[in-house]
This record gives sequence, C-alpha cells and structure tokens, in this order.
Amino acid sequence: MDAREVRKDFPILDQEVNGKPLSYLDNAATSQKPRQVIDELKRFFEEDNANVHRSVHTLGERSTVLYEGARAKLADFIGAPAPRGVIFTKSATEGLNLLAYAWARHRLREGDEIVTTEMEHHSNIVSWQLACRDTGATLRAIPVEDGATLDLDAFQKMLSNKTRIVSVGHVSNVLGTINPVADIAEKAHEVGAIVVCDGAQAAPHLPVDVSALGCDFYVGTGHKMCAPTGIGFVWGREALLEEMEPFHGGGDMISDVWIDHSTWNEIPYKFEAGTPPFAEAIALGAAIDYLNAIGMKAIREHEIELTRYALERLAEVPGITIYGPTDPEAKGGVVSFNLGDIHAHDVGTIVDGRGVAIRAGHHCSKPLMRKLGIAASARASFYLYNVEEEVDRLVEALGDVTRLLGAGA
Amino acid sequence: MSGLDELYKEVILDHYRSPRNRGKIEPSDFDLHRDNPLCGDEVHLYGHVEDGKLVGVAFEGKGCSISQASTSMMTERVKGVSVDNAEELAHLFKRLMQGESLADDERLGDLAALQGVQKYPVRIKCALLGWNTLLEGLKAYKEKQG
Repeated sequence: MDAREVRKDFPILDQEVNGKPLSYLDNAATSQKPRQVIDELKRFFEEDNANVHRSVHTLGERSTVLYEGARAKLADFIGAPAPRGVIFTKSATEGLNLLAYAWARHRLREGDEIVTTEMEHHSNIVSWQLACRDTGATLRAIPVEDGATLDLDAFQKMLSNKTRIVSVGHVSNVLGTINPVADIAEKAHEVGAIVVCDGAQAAPHLPVDVSALGCDFYVGTGHKMCAPTGIGFVWGREALLEEMEPFHGGGDMISDVWIDHSTWNEIPYKFEAGTPPFAEAIALGAAIDYLNAIGMKAIREHEIELTRYALERLAEVPGITIYGPTDPEAKGGVVSFNLGDIHAHDVGTIVDGRGVAIRAGHHCSKPLMRKLGIAASARASFYLYNVEEEVDRLVEALGDVTRLLGAGA
Repeated sequence: MSGLDELYKEVILDHYRSPRNRGKIEPSDFDLHRDNPLCGDEVHLYGHVEDGKLVGVAFEGKGCSISQASTSMMTERVKGVSVDNAEELAHLFKRLMQGESLADDERLGDLAALQGVQKYPVRIKCALLGWNTLLEGLKAYKEKQG
C-alpha cells in the first residue's frame, strides 16, 4: 500500500493547522474517516434511511438488510464464526459494561476473582470494579514488567478455581504492547475462567481472528477504525450469549411482553434494546470494506515500518524517555514518551503550534501511569495514512519544546 | 510556533523556570494539596495570615508550565494583600480565564500575561489550579476564625 495515495481518501488531512500542514498522529484516540465512509453515511440518509427490524416498507427493508450486512462484514472481519455472535453497542466501553452487567453480575459471588492487567484502559478496569462492588468479587491485575509486557508468571500464580473472568487488552493504548492473548486464554480456560479481550486498539490496525485468539468475548469500537462515533461491538461465543441475561430492557430485545414479565428475543437482538445506531453500523460496514480493500496485513506492515522509523527518530531527541516495547513487531503503532520533566500537556500544546496533533495526558490508564511513575505522557499513534514526514515534523516540533521550556531534567 | 507566543509569554516562562515563593511555611494558617486529576498538575499551597493580611504564601507542586507559572505569579501578587483583597483578585482572575477582556485592569498586573490561556480552553484549569486552591485555603481560614 502507498500511504501517500491512501491520504487522498481522507479529506480532513488536506488542511493547515497553525499555518503548517496537519500531521494527525492521534489515531489511538480516534481515526479520521475516508471519503468512502462519509459518502456512504450521506447516501444512506439521502436514500435508505428507515428504522431497522420494524417497518415492512421498502426503506425499512433496505435499512435492515444494510444493518445486518454490516454485522456480517464485521463478523468476517474479526474471524467470528457467524454474524449472530456479533452485538452492536455504542462503544467498546459499552461493550465491556454489557459483559460486566449481563455476564458478571449474574454469575459472580463473594470470593470470586476477575483478573485484568495493569496496562488496561479505565473501561477495562472500572466496568469490572463496579461488578465486583455489586457481587463481592475481587478485581486483580496482572503486573506490567519492565514497563512493557505482562508478567505471565505472576498471572499463572494468580489463577485458581476462584478466577471467573480474565479480561485483557489485545493492544495497549499507551505502550502499544501486543499482549499474548492466545496464551492467556489457554491458561485462563484451564481454570474454567471466561476470557474477554478488549480489541479497541487492535481491530483497526492488525488482522484479528477471534478463533485463533481463543477468547470468549471480543470488544471493539468503530470510530478508531475509520467509522463514525457511536458504534462499537461485542463478539461472544454463541453458547455464552444464549445463557446470558439481557443488558438493557426495551424494544427489539424482547420476544413477547406482558405487564408482569417478558421473554427475550434471540441473540444478538437480546442485547440490542431500542433503536440501534444503524446508520453508524452501516458506515462501519463501509469502513470495513475500505480497510479490506487495502488489506489489514498491508496496514499492519505499514504501521510496523512507520513505528520503526518513529522509534529511531525519537531516540535522537535529547532528554526523551520512550515507554513500552522497543521492537516495532511487538507493538502496535503507538509511541508514548516524555521530554525530561516537561509536562506532556506543554509538549502537546507546543507541537500543535507546528500542526502536529498528538495526545497528552494519562490516556485513561492511571494505574499504568502510576506503575511507570509518571503523571502523564505524550503519545504519537499512527494509522494507514501516516507518512514518515509527519514523524519528522513531530521530531522538529519537539525541538521547539526544548527551546521554549529547556531540556528538562 | 505561531500563536504559541501568546500562551508562553516571557513572564510566564520566567516564573516556570524560576518559581517564586516555592517551599513550605510552617506553621501556617492554611495548607492544602489540590490537583487536576485529568492532567496530573499538583499544587500544595501554604498561607500565613497576620492582622487580616496574607503575609506569607508559598507553594510546592509539579505539573505543566501554565499551572506552575500561574501559581508562582499568584503567590507574588497576593503576598502582603488582605484576605478579602486576595479573594477579590482570585475572582477577578477567574473572570479573566472565563474570557473577559480584563487585560487593562491594573489590579491584575503581570497576571494579565495569562490572558493568552483563554484561547486554549483545555489549559484554563491549569491556570486556575493555584487560584482555586487559594480560595479554598482562605475559606478554610475564615471558617476557622469564625
């Protein structure tokens, strides 16, 4: 793939920010959208818009076919055996909460344990904390060692017949670490735990095969993979989804309703109460078509090369500390760093002066920040449309930071 | 670096590099630690009051240049000022951050240099951290006095 050609599909990238060409390096926060996705959203609203699963008229049929088509595309995209295991949510966060409510709250009791990791996004910590609070279960975390990877020996020791859920990020949003999900799943299954994988930072960037990962649930979000906001997903093993309680109550999730009780619709609709974000789901389908046309393998290779280049160039910056794995093959396209003791927000503001957009803060990963002994970090994260010149501009802009605020400690 | 000169004015950078009134006051009439949990800015503020005047004010802290410089500038401005005047200044500074054109208000003095923060909405809370901590400290002091 040629990132220079790919860029032309993204209208937003063709602009100047603060008098400089925009270098958008905040893809772990959200991705930009290609014309193909924007056009499909517009086309849908202009031609096919109608509520799904309800109306017998022609537009309702079209809309339903497109919505279910998006589900099938997504199932195929993540290697799920069938579309009926794919639930649409509004975000990955909602997906994790769905599992914490519909699975954990009904099955956990005092003494049970949920295992997450120290490098998780808050959504993969707090959702489980709330379930623990309501059930008396305990939340534990696999430690991060050497500031980069999970301590699997410690994980092995943590496992027991009390372990009911192991929930691990596929790719860390801060360190970029690609976690050994298949190994973790195998070990977790040996003690009878279910395995949840948070794929928010993985599905947009590398080929995902939930069968090979061996997890029981896989959660992701659309807006980080060229689709609009407001659409996420949970894939789950059908047998588990069948035995699960619903998440929200409302229309579409029921089979029949009386005043004193109701029966549930079949999966996945049991978990999709109310009018779903069908326009966003259909646009996610268009995003998947777009990514597939380029190829997830090609995207992954592009990001590895760009990350390799970024790690080399950033290492030249005086006073820089780079966090996470140093091997670009072992990580997603995410590079977190600090410049001396200069606060990341100053770094973010100053590089923005050169049109370079990076994230600065704790990245919704405060336990990891604490483990790394820092309050915040700057983070550059790449996608299929990023090019080496943008890394160069970041490195130049970091020179401005040092000139303005000193080299730091 | 266009536009950044408005934010990172020389007087602000000077306070960032060489913070004034840095340290502790013991014993003090108020000392409290506050942070901006979203960005990790921290300020620990100490105040000593005599005859209704804030005769001593000092801070420790870490965080971004704006939070630390703003707090340093605050300590310089409110030192020696009456408790009531310090509160008034805090409210005036908050109005400045909320977008009012107060740069010519003589009461602000050097603090007017922070007006550039208005254009960076996410940084306003950084500039306000020290001032909000001061308001809390003064309130606690007054309550203690009855």
